[in-house]
Amino acid sequence: MDDVTPYIVLSTILFTIGSVGVLTRRNAIVVFMCVELMLNACNLALVAFAKQHGNLDGQVAAFFVMVVAAAEVVVGLAIIMTIFRTRRSASVDDASLLKY
Amino acid sequence: MFSLSEGGASIPVVDPVGADGVFSLLWLVIALPLAGAAILLLGGRRTDAWGHWLGTLTAVGSFVLSLVLFVSLTGREEGERQVVQHLYDWMRVGDLTVSIDLLLDPLSVLFLLLITGVGSLIHVYSIGYMEHDPRRRRFFAYLNLFVAAMLMLVLSENYLGLFLGWEGVGLASYLLIGFWQHKPSAAAAAKKAFVVNRVGDIGLSLGIALFFVTFGSTSFTVISANASGASDGVLTALGLLLLLAACGKSAQVPLQSWLLDAMEGPTPVSALIHAATMVTAGVYLVVRSNFVFELAPHAQTAVIVVATVTLLWGAVIGCAKDDIKKALAGSTMSQIGYMMLAAGLGVYGYAFAIFHLITHGFFKANMFLGAGSVMHGMDDDVDMRRYGALRSAMPVTFLTFAMGYLAIIGFPGFSGFWSKDKIIETALIESPVAGVGALIGAGVTGFYMTRLMLMTFFGEKRWKDGVHPHESPSVMTGPLVVLAALSVLGGLLYLGHWIVDWLSPVVGTAPEHEPPVPAIVITLLVLSVVAVGVATAWLLVGKRPVPTTAPQDVSFATRAARADLYGDAINETLVVNPGRHATAGLTRGDRTLVDGLFTGSAGVTAALGGQLRKLQNGFVRSYALSVVGGVVLVVGALLVVNL
Amino acid sequence: MSDVPWLSLLVLLPLVGAVAVPFLRGSAALTKQVGLGVSLATLALAVAVALQYDVDGGMQLTETHDWISAFGVHYALGVDGLGLLLVLLTAVLVPVVLLASWRDDEGYLDGRAQGSAAAFVAWTLALEALSLAVFLATDVFLFYVVFEATLVPAYFLVGGFGRAGRSAAAVKFLMFQLAGGLVLLGGVIGLYVVSAQQGTPSYLLSDLAALDIDTAAGRWLFAAFFIAFAIKAPLFPVHTWLADTTERATPGTAVLLVCVLDKIGTFGMLRFCLGLFPEASQWATPLVVVLALVSIVYGALVAIGQDDLMRLIGLTSLSHFGFITLGIFALSSQGGTGAILYMVNHGLGTAALFLVAGYVVHRRGTASIREMGGVEKVTPVLAGLFLVAGLAALGLPGLSTFVSEMLVIIAAFQYAWYVGAVAVTGIVLAAIYALWMYQRTMTGPTLEPVPGTVRRERDLSTRELVAVAPLFVGLVLFGFYPMPLMEAADPYVGDLLSQVGVTDDPPEVSAPAGAEAHSDTAEEGEN
Repeated sequence: MDDVTPYIVLSTILFTIGSVGVLTRRNAIVVFMCVELMLNACNLALVAFAKQHGNLDGQVAAFFVMVVAAAEVVVGLAIIMTIFRTRRSASVDDASLLKY
Repeated sequence: MFSLSEGGASIPVVDPVGADGVFSLLWLVIALPLAGAAILLLGGRRTDAWGHWLGTLTAVGSFVLSLVLFVSLTGREEGERQVVQHLYDWMRVGDLTVSIDLLLDPLSVLFLLLITGVGSLIHVYSIGYMEHDPRRRRFFAYLNLFVAAMLMLVLSENYLGLFLGWEGVGLASYLLIGFWQHKPSAAAAAKKAFVVNRVGDIGLSLGIALFFVTFGSTSFTVISANASGASDGVLTALGLLLLLAACGKSAQVPLQSWLLDAMEGPTPVSALIHAATMVTAGVYLVVRSNFVFELAPHAQTAVIVVATVTLLWGAVIGCAKDDIKKALAGSTMSQIGYMMLAAGLGVYGYAFAIFHLITHGFFKANMFLGAGSVMHGMDDDVDMRRYGALRSAMPVTFLTFAMGYLAIIGFPGFSGFWSKDKIIETALIESPVAGVGALIGAGVTGFYMTRLMLMTFFGEKRWKDGVHPHESPSVMTGPLVVLAALSVLGGLLYLGHWIVDWLSPVVGTAPEHEPPVPAIVITLLVLSVVAVGVATAWLLVGKRPVPTTAPQDVSFATRAARADLYGDAINETLVVNPGRHATAGLTRGDRTLVDGLFTGSAGVTAALGGQLRKLQNGFVRSYALSVVGGVVLVVGALLVVNL
Repeated sequence: MSDVPWLSLLVLLPLVGAVAVPFLRGSAALTKQVGLGVSLATLALAVAVALQYDVDGGMQLTETHDWISAFGVHYALGVDGLGLLLVLLTAVLVPVVLLASWRDDEGYLDGRAQGSAAAFVAWTLALEALSLAVFLATDVFLFYVVFEATLVPAYFLVGGFGRAGRSAAAVKFLMFQLAGGLVLLGGVIGLYVVSAQQGTPSYLLSDLAALDIDTAAGRWLFAAFFIAFAIKAPLFPVHTWLADTTERATPGTAVLLVCVLDKIGTFGMLRFCLGLFPEASQWATPLVVVLALVSIVYGALVAIGQDDLMRLIGLTSLSHFGFITLGIFALSSQGGTGAILYMVNHGLGTAALFLVAGYVVHRRGTASIREMGGVEKVTPVLAGLFLVAGLAALGLPGLSTFVSEMLVIIAAFQYAWYVGAVAVTGIVLAAIYALWMYQRTMTGPTLEPVPGTVRRERDLSTRELVAVAPLFVGLVLFGFYPMPLMEAADPYVGDLLSQVGVTDDPPEVSAPAGAEAHSDTAEEGEN
């Protein structure tokens, strides 16, 4: 069993950075990149645990995450582009029409 | 045939033999008028032209058949005179089996003759009476329906079948009282009659349930054979429940209020249903259930009390009414009281109850039809204060009515004399208090009938302008003549104690009682009381001019009698008004309180949602924060649990 | 046993019809004709099933296929005495409703546009198919699925057709039913747990009946099932959806709801509450009897006070369902058979009342009793039928409703005399609401119909008469000869009672005193 603690710590740090970014930044593109960061932090953790347990389950899951992330990028960027075109702004706080 | 009760009096057991020969046609007695009703109702306007003839024909056919059956029955041995015809099984559920069985015995055959006989006469009479009514065909359909149901009532061998007829006659009565239903008063009277009868039906329904629980059957045969095995409490309860039913159908106090209103119906209906046959069904029920009442002395006492109160109640009402039909209705109530009284006296009185029932059927139908004939000639006016001196204008009606009059007051030799005198005599011996009540009732009867007679046929003309009294056509007077003859000769039934002996297989034989005074003394006493009543009427009505409008400054007693002794007022105060308030309150409460419970909870949920949705402020980052917060919370909780 | 899956065909036929009807590109008349044809074919199938039914009882014509074997769920159908009667009732009522509502799509009361005829026919057939499945399902899970599925067509029927305010009524109806369904779901899951604990899980009725459910669990499960069925039936105090729904919906929909769908409630009480939880049923009987009595009296009293004809009739059903429940929980042959007969007879009688009242409402342009009067004078045939239907509601002897009502009263009296005494007041109150309703609408001076009413002053058309004729024939026929119904119901009730473990009380004075009577005769002879 290899010690995977450093990888987990790194993953945690990346995840925290990502989530803080999502919570604090207004620009949609940046928020989006922070989400990607969180996903990659998860991937890192998955791969690390796979290594620890010595099987491939975690790695398979990581592939799934990548595929989903890729799909998400396509859809997400498309949405952001549309919003930017109509509103001339990429700030998430400006797009607050979907409220009560 | 007989089982012994504790007291030693013999109680007859219903123990019939199967129907064969001519008796296998028994079902046809009911089927004929039933088919008539069905054809006339389903046939619609196509049958308008000949509907009344068909209706009359079925009734007459039924009468002829009844006559044949009666003659065949007299030809049999006394022990063989109970014949049962099994038609089919009506219900078979668990231990409960109810068949449509018809029981022909000395009791029911007398009813058969009365119902179909008087019924046929009234059918004939109605051909004339309803001639100008556009719905005459329907009238005959309802009359036929009534006859069929009434025959079912008296022929059924079990209480459930009896109930079938019992409600059938109630339905026919409802339809016929409300026949002129464009009149709101008629429609209201019809509904009232049905609803009050339904109160009585509570008694019959529960009685049937108790019969089943106690005996496992509702058949007369089974119950009469086992009645002595039931406990006193059960038997008394049964007796009281049956009495309640009888009170409803026979308009006995406290369920009497519907009968006077029922006079809204066409007069032939009043004659047939509300005088001669249907209202006496209660008496039939008590007499038929003699095997219960004989073992339930408390219930018998209750019957006597109800009967005595009613016979006086009805008589008093009859004294104050100016509406000829309502006066006769009060009289009917009172006369049924006499029959009930006799039935309440047990084995001593059953036969006389039936005897009076039959003679009353003759003379009261006679008088009602006479009243109808008078109304026919007086443009449907019913107010006796606007009659007077009609004897010359309507000689046949007058003479036939007079026969009925003499019969009901008990003029020696006429049918009512024999039957009523026997009831009063028996009552005085067996139950002196009730006997004295019956005696007083006889005097009051003499008063109100004489008053009616004098106001209608004697004195001066008080007719409204434009009224031209005339004798009715012969299709109406014919039945009057026949009924008048029967009113005179009905007493022949008692010739040589015939009716008492005839009924003894059904109701039992009374032990010999030596009356404390000779019977002739009692008869003279009754006659003198009646004479006092007649004389009073002569002094008050006959010798003085009758005002055409009823005087208002009258004694309290008269006002009370005009208001039916406040029977309706009592019902209004005790039942109708509280019921109306309860209904209105519940109707409001259902919408507000009960429904409010549910719509209220829906409202609370909606309000809560209204507050909670404020959290959806549209800022993505605040949603993200709540997601993170949630994750932290969950992870924290998991850690706490695991540690 | 034949190879033809009769019961599946019976369910499938109206379902196929329901799916096919919207695709017909024909006129409204064509869709109605096709709908009527399908419902009549279903009736023919139902009769074919009835002819194969053996009156000795038991579950017959069974079909069992695995569905979700992990949970022990089956597609299982079967018919017993209870199911057969309700299947026949449903199969008779649907064509009657379709024929009676033939012209309802041209406007009902306020004359505003309705949903299309095709939609009405399709939803009606869908409701028929699902109701038949409910009555035939012998797997609790399958029952639950179709039980909930009936709400879909019912919701659209109430919400799509009828008077103003129908949408709100439809939502209210759905909310009540879903709440009941949720509780039932809890019960169904609970049953799975109990069944899984005792071996392989199975939702088949026959397997479940053999389970040994402990007292506490049984009572909880009973409560879950009973609450759902009490809302469905309905009983006091969860009846308020009934009045609103019947008031707003068209008469045809009201018939389908009250006469078919509500029967599922009392059907479920018999089949599941009594069949699966006998011990708990006996435990709960006092409470249920009180609820039933309250429903009888309360429903009748509230009905008396109504001004809206359809709402009045809806509330009378509350009283009737009280009687049915009372009969079921009196736990005796008379009560059980009486209750089953009551379901059928109530179906016939109340359907007749709703439909004929609908005819009246069409002609007067209002459902308010205050604005009617003297209808008898202009339309005597209509008034006559209305009276007969009213008399059926009050249980007049000679009409089939009397037979069942009397049996229930006898059973109630057997249970306890005071229960019988309270129940019997229902017959007086019924007389008041039925006859007062008739008096206020049909008698007295004739009032003018509401201006703009289309079908005024005409008596019944042949189509209207033919539509309701089967109901009246049934009412009279089974009033005088109810034996066919009893023969189907009685063995079922006998089996059920032995499963519950109760026997009828013998009469107090039981000796069939043949011998005694003879000895008395001898004595009399000596005298």
